[in-house]
Amino acid sequence: MLRILVVEDSASMRSFVRNALESDSRSSTGVDVVEASSGFEALRLLPRGPYDLVITDINMPDINGLELISFIRKSESHKATPVLIISTQSSERDRVRGLSLGANGYLTKPFSQEALQTEVWRFLPSGIAQAKPHG
Amino acid sequence: MAELSDKAREEFFSEAQEIIETLSRNLLSLDSTIKAGISDPSLINEAFRAVHTLKGLAGLFGAARLGALSHRLEDVLDDLRLGRINLGQEVLDVLFGAVEAYTRILQAEKSDSDEELDVEQLFVDLERIGAGATERESPVADYELDPGLLAVLTEYEEHRLRANIELQMQLYRLRVQFDLSTIDKVLEEMKERAKRHGEIITYLPTGEATSADTIELDLLMASRDDLATLIGSLGADNVVIEEIPRRARRSHPATQPPRRPTALGRVDSVGMQPDLERAGLEQAASLRSLTQTVRVDIRKLDHLMNIVGELAIVRSAFGRVAEKLRGEGQRKLAAELQRLHRNFDRRLGEMQDGILEVRMVPLGQVFDRLARVVRQISREVGKEIRLVITGAETEIDKLIVEELSDPLMHMIRNAIDHGIEAGQGRVEVGKPLAGTIALNAFQKGNHVMIEVEDDGRGIDLSRLTEKAITLGKLTRSEAEEMSRDEMLALIFLPGLSTRESADDVSGRGVGMDIVKTNISKLGGVIDVHSESGIGTKMTITLPITLAIVSALLIQAGQHTLAIPLSSVSEAIAFDEAVVRLVDGREVITLRGQTLPLCRLDRLMALESAADSVSRRRFVVVAALGQRRLGLVVDFLYGQEDIVIKPLGKSLSGVRGFAGATELGDQRVGLVLDAAGLIEEVLAGAEAPRMLERASG
Repeated sequence: MLRILVVEDSASMRSFVRNALESDSRSSTGVDVVEASSGFEALRLLPRGPYDLVITDINMPDINGLELISFIRKSESHKATPVLIISTQSSERDRVRGLSLGANGYLTKPFSQEALQTEVWRFLPSGIAQAKPHG
Repeated sequence: MAELSDKAREEFFSEAQEIIETLSRNLLSLDSTIKAGISDPSLINEAFRAVHTLKGLAGLFGAARLGALSHRLEDVLDDLRLGRINLGQEVLDVLFGAVEAYTRILQAEKSDSDEELDVEQLFVDLERIGAGATERESPVADYELDPGLLAVLTEYEEHRLRANIELQMQLYRLRVQFDLSTIDKVLEEMKERAKRHGEIITYLPTGEATSADTIELDLLMASRDDLATLIGSLGADNVVIEEIPRRARRSHPATQPPRRPTALGRVDSVGMQPDLERAGLEQAASLRSLTQTVRVDIRKLDHLMNIVGELAIVRSAFGRVAEKLRGEGQRKLAAELQRLHRNFDRRLGEMQDGILEVRMVPLGQVFDRLARVVRQISREVGKEIRLVITGAETEIDKLIVEELSDPLMHMIRNAIDHGIEAGQGRVEVGKPLAGTIALNAFQKGNHVMIEVEDDGRGIDLSRLTEKAITLGKLTRSEAEEMSRDEMLALIFLPGLSTRESADDVSGRGVGMDIVKTNISKLGGVIDVHSESGIGTKMTITLPITLAIVSALLIQAGQHTLAIPLSSVSEAIAFDEAVVRLVDGREVITLRGQTLPLCRLDRLMALESAADSVSRRRFVVVAALGQRRLGLVVDFLYGQEDIVIKPLGKSLSGVRGFAGATELGDQRVGLVLDAAGLIEEVLAGAEAPRMLERASG
């Protein structure tokens, strides 16, 4: 089973991402989505990993997404975990920073479930092998 | 939004609503901080974040109008938080306008309506404000800041850093070790304390930890205070504070010798090993989620409450079976069942309390909305108003809160328009220029009291009475016999106003009758006090919850009725001999005060119990607000918690009943509406019957 950590402070956005991931037909083994509503919660949930992917927002109170990415890249056990940024258009600069800190990709909010699914599978190791024609 | 499930939609709307309320609260706080001459950048940032989130959600859920407004508003708030625009009253006005627009848009999106929302002017205003934005230079390079830290600052955090440097703040790095299980609490406390000294700009996890259960963070903080002060206030075993020096080549070489922010345990820092003693329990707690709230549809809680009501019936059945067993000589079994019964009873009570507690929300929810209205109206009518709120944390049933908004708004509008004098008028009578409206809430027993008090001119009683006479609501001779309180109560009659002309704000003394009707629908009452020239105070008394009530079960005639305990002040033995007739109405004297009586069996035309004359009877004193009524009943059964169920449509027009309830023995009993009854009886509806009796 693939484990994905979703760090996002909006509950609606988290459920949207969860629905998109869980309803994706590409995963043969299913996806275990773990939700964190803040940077702190993510720090707490990280040791429960490993995760196959971390999806994070940038603009969050206290520990922001950039700090989280930097932490993940410094951490022995998580430094190889792919990180996908989801953020809004206005924070172009923040997104670029995220990428330079070692994030693997970004999606601009709002996005469709399909766009998220496509993007996510680029980072999952088994993604290419398991990928099959959509629909 | 068609493809989304109803649940997702509901979740979206409820989050959007919450965000808008947060935004509104933020703006109100900003308004008061500006007035007090303080600037709190975190408020603007919170407002920005709220709108930012809303924009993302709107896009996700295809709510185009919500998205469009959020987009423009976000730009302006971004400029504000990054210091490109200065925040003043005019800008705030536009921002408040946006909150109003949000509310309308959300309503329209909810009902899938395409109606024109007239937000053009708002967009123009936002555009105009945005056009005034200016860029600024960065002085960040003056400091020996770790490039690793600079790299993880968001645009906003970088702006805060710049702004603090410009204000000549000193920068500090706090290296803190947190226990993962208690990080929330400890960090909140720390933030609270840090606020007194300055601002925490960011929190960077260092990636080094002494154990799996701890985490080390670098906090970048700006403060006016010196290192010693900060250590004194924020220093602890797990906190190391260091000053981040300015680069030597720049302006302050003498004052601050350069220091490298490196090792732990420097001489000027306070540092020791973090507390390693941890209980297993705490470790388990560390895995728990940070946010532990769930949104629940209140109908689900109603459903649970109904089940509790049905369980209560099962409980009574236990009691009866136990009695029966005892009667049949099965003492042991009876005792055992009795024990189970008691246990079940206790647990059921706990469950009831639990569900009730979940329904409770703080009145602050509605007060926030009112604060916005006060601000808006006071600007419209050009009166300066100070709104003082106390008891916003008082909790009350969610359903009641929802219904309170309109009545309170009417009352406040009336206070501003009719109560508070215009500025000059106030000064002339020696009052401060700004009028004060106090909104107080507090709990009193099973009731929540809400007071709306103004320091205006008070209600003109003679004009009010004149008006009532002109409108044919009462005769002059009736008016002459009226007490002061009765006269004041005239404002609750439909169509009464003390002002000759209608106006924009409150029209012709709007709807105090409607206010009263709405409050009584919630099982509450409203009282008014007014002193000419000093002010007016309206007091609303409400039950804490609508879902379940403790009631006194009584017998009147051959029927069992329930009277909500919240409206019962006491029960006394009834003595036919002390009954007097005053104006054709039966009264007794209770502790020196006259208490009007109402014989329930007669009022409701119930057939009397056969032995009613000879038997000992009781008077249940129903009291709401300041009005009291003695209900003569045949028997008191005692107290029981009941779930009130609505009467069928055919009976809904009957006054005096709040609903029906299932009594423990599978029978259905009517629940008296004490407020309605007091109203009806004291207004004289019972008088004719009483006169009949007196003459016969």
